[in-house]
Amino acid sequence: MSKAAKLAMVAAGIAAGAALITYYIVSYLTVTPPVVAATGSAPNANLTLQTVASFGHPPHVDWVSYLAKNPQGKWVHSTVLRVPANSTVNVTIYQFDTATGLRNPFWGEPRGTTGGTMNVDAKTLNVLNPDLASHTFAIPELGVSVPLKGVPDDAKNQCSVAPCSLSEAHTTVKFSFKTGKPGKFRWQCFVPCAAGFPLGFGGPMQSLGWMDGYLEVAG
Amino acid sequence: MTQIATERGPQHVRLVVGIWLALTAVAVPLIVLVLGPHLPPGRMTAEASSQRDANVLMTALLVPIGLLVCVAFIYSFVAFRQSGEAIVDGPPLKGHAGTQLLWIVVTGAIVVALAAWGSYTLIASSHGSGGGQGPDPIANPSGYKHALPVQVIGQQWEWTFRYPTYGSIETRDIAIPAHTLVAFHVTSLDVTHSFWAYELGVKADAVPGVDNIAYVNARRTGFFQVRCAELCGLWHGNMAKKGRVLSPQAFQAWIAAAKTKNDAVQKYLPPYNPWYFPAPLRRAG
Repeated sequence: MSKAAKLAMVAAGIAAGAALITYYIVSYLTVTPPVVAATGSAPNANLTLQTVASFGHPPHVDWVSYLAKNPQGKWVHSTVLRVPANSTVNVTIYQFDTATGLRNPFWGEPRGTTGGTMNVDAKTLNVLNPDLASHTFAIPELGVSVPLKGVPDDAKNQCSVAPCSLSEAHTTVKFSFKTGKPGKFRWQCFVPCAAGFPLGFGGPMQSLGWMDGYLEVAG
Repeated sequence: MTQIATERGPQHVRLVVGIWLALTAVAVPLIVLVLGPHLPPGRMTAEASSQRDANVLMTALLVPIGLLVCVAFIYSFVAFRQSGEAIVDGPPLKGHAGTQLLWIVVTGAIVVALAAWGSYTLIASSHGSGGGQGPDPIANPSGYKHALPVQVIGQQWEWTFRYPTYGSIETRDIAIPAHTLVAFHVTSLDVTHSFWAYELGVKADAVPGVDNIAYVNARRTGFFQVRCAELCGLWHGNMAKKGRVLSPQAFQAWIAAAKTKNDAVQKYLPPYNPWYFPAPLRRAG
């Protein structure tokens, strides 16, 4: 192989590497889930979310995910939520996924909610049997952590494609928490629920827009 | 210019050494007396103190070396500046056995002395110096068998804490009593984390299936920062919280309140175990 050919190969390799790095950086910076605002206004706002076992659409058909309902009533594939500061946020989560249990049973207790309780299918609870949980909705910096009860494995009419409808098997979890000063807080699921990944920790557990997101508390 | 520099070589050396000695004479006392008290991680514990002493010593030793390089560099810029005519090759450089030997002896002595001092601090004088020693520590402080155990559990992306002496309650917050030997038992439920209690001078890896023990004895009450010092995923940077060192009486009150606060979930917690292992879940198949 001639010297020129070797040089050309090296240059091509460097160019390919640079292109991949650039693609990664641009993708990281530009692919941000859209912001979904809560309905209502200070001092009371309402957030409506749902969890689905598999999103059912590209780019990750079989990834577990949260979705949020925007003020127009449309389900949006996003986990970036905006709520007013110094308000009570009333959260409703329709939980369409089955139970996998909490790896740490400690998260079975709702924390940081009004009254330290949650409402699951019209019952007020101050703890959930960890084996019945499917996911959690947790904002660690605000001290909020709520376990989400899963639907039974043998439930009929289970949802497989987002957005799920309320005619499909689900549990309804309601709770409230208070916001303080404006800020941006991460929120996440504490259940390693990423099917197909080692110990359930990859993919959607590590990705904004799926099982992780931001809560933007706006002034 | 080259000819002038060569002719005045000894004079240049004396000047460089003189400037360096003068700067060192000013800088080292400033580092020890002025900067030293502000170097991390403070003196909240004996372990933190030994780390600060190490930082002061290291800085005081390294600054003269850095100064020598900087002085020689800047002096060369000024004294040997070439302007106007084209640059020509200078006279060939020859090695100087005496200088080389001195350099090797001095730097070697510094490295060996620091290694000996560091080893002594780590093993003999400071209970492991705040580092995790694994499940069978070799540097046990006196009275370690009566140390208060506090289990630190890392999980993506939060720390929780268990107190086996107090019914194995688990909490989101951490508090320890002052003037009490505490044995942190650091472990993880998922990936590798690292429990870094900054002001306490404690940094211990949290590894699934491992009970990593680090001792600490806080000298005073106050707050300490907790961070994760091992890149552990998306929210690694948010894995932080503020811990408290309380008086023994206040600690008892804190424990009682924590028991009440976390009572509802207590019946679901597994028996205390030195470590936990992330058994595969159905969903993770």
